[in-house]
Amino acid sequence: MKHVTLPLDEETVRSLHAGDEVLLTGWFYTGRDAAHKRLAACLAAGDKLPFPLAGETLYYVGPAPEKPGQIIGPAGPTSSYRMDPYTPALLDHGLRGMIGKGRRSQAVIDAMIRHHAVYFLTIGGTAALISDSIRKKEPVCYEDLGTEAVCRLYVEDFYAIVGIDCQGRSVLRG
Amino acid sequence: MRELDVSVVQAAVARMVVEANCRIGAEAMACLRRSREQEEHPLPRRIMEQIIKNDELAEERTVPLCQDTGMAVFRVQVGQELVLTGGLLEEALQTCMAQGYREGYLRKSVVADPLFHRANTGDNTPAVIYYEIVSGSRILITFAPKGFGSENMSKIAMLKPADGVEGVKAFILKTVREAGPNPCPPMVVGVGIGGTFDKCAQLSKFALMRELGQPNPHSDYAALERELLASINKMDIGPAGLGGHTTALAVHIESFPTHIAGLPVAVNICCHAYRHSRVEL
Repeated sequence: MKHVTLPLDEETVRSLHAGDEVLLTGWFYTGRDAAHKRLAACLAAGDKLPFPLAGETLYYVGPAPEKPGQIIGPAGPTSSYRMDPYTPALLDHGLRGMIGKGRRSQAVIDAMIRHHAVYFLTIGGTAALISDSIRKKEPVCYEDLGTEAVCRLYVEDFYAIVGIDCQGRSVLRG
Repeated sequence: MRELDVSVVQAAVARMVVEANCRIGAEAMACLRRSREQEEHPLPRRIMEQIIKNDELAEERTVPLCQDTGMAVFRVQVGQELVLTGGLLEEALQTCMAQGYREGYLRKSVVADPLFHRANTGDNTPAVIYYEIVSGSRILITFAPKGFGSENMSKIAMLKPADGVEGVKAFILKTVREAGPNPCPPMVVGVGIGGTFDKCAQLSKFALMRELGQPNPHSDYAALERELLASINKMDIGPAGLGGHTTALAVHIESFPTHIAGLPVAVNICCHAYRHSRVEL
């Protein structure tokens, strides 16, 4: 199991291969359907993004509410393909890592190869377990979106598998 | 005639939505454990172990198994000799479902308008409710929260009668293959065969409300369920779509008479978080 520190640098991304099991430590951002739509609209309009994307990693998640005393509620991955229409533009603006579940489009894979980006998988439906490795949560933007708001999360030893590496090789079946 | 105050229904509903979301059933847990033993390679085995550990943790902490606590679906079977008093059943179900989602710290995942505004309703309403009038004087409520990672992989086909059993099998297997790693395998495959376009889809949803692995009562359909499960588990999609023997935990088929010109087939896919709860009052 490889230990990987976030944010990712290009050298680290190049050292990751499809199928590698990793433990991620560091900060990343959350974002799913509605946030992606706003980020893409922001880029299309030529506006400044509400947070710096360069070198960062996005986790496709809409957490359940936290109980009193918890940092975050259960927070497993959502299906990544729904973010595919917006993802190449985000990669063009420096996004380096993505965390989700399931397939990606060829357009996303091509953009990942072009920009040396990596796509990690976490195990769908293991949200309670995953939330144990999340240590800090800070709001970032789009709070009106509720569970779909963008947050910054600090994780320690967050289990993931390299799903598609920066050469476009995939570990997914089917 | 028997009278029942809807307040009794309300208390039960608020409890059952939390229970279904936080506790995997005994049959599903037993099936997950059996599947883990069948995985000889370390990665699919580790994934099955994580799923089992997650489900144990969720029950221990009373937190949802999955952050997607679904769109709420109820099947309500009301005995025609039962009179509900003290309020409207529909209102009681919607209000208490929302109460359960609020008090149980479950995610609110419903948007008011599907196309134009997509603003979250904030309380997970409305639930999708199917009512049936049945014999007797009791009310049977089945609740199944439906996550959309798997719901989105579902499909319906209006086959020709000439397509027959082979056509039905081919459509079901194609739907599962196309779903692949997306719906959080190992999945549970709910199939509706017959009826009309809409009835067929409803049958496939009801198929996902059966106890896990409970066979269809008709031997020919039960044999088809077993055959399809074996074919699906040879696809090597596996846990999380990373290869392995466990692509599906079960195939459940429900059938209904249909028109001389038709053979509708609906495939409703569920993830490994096979959640439901039932109460009879």
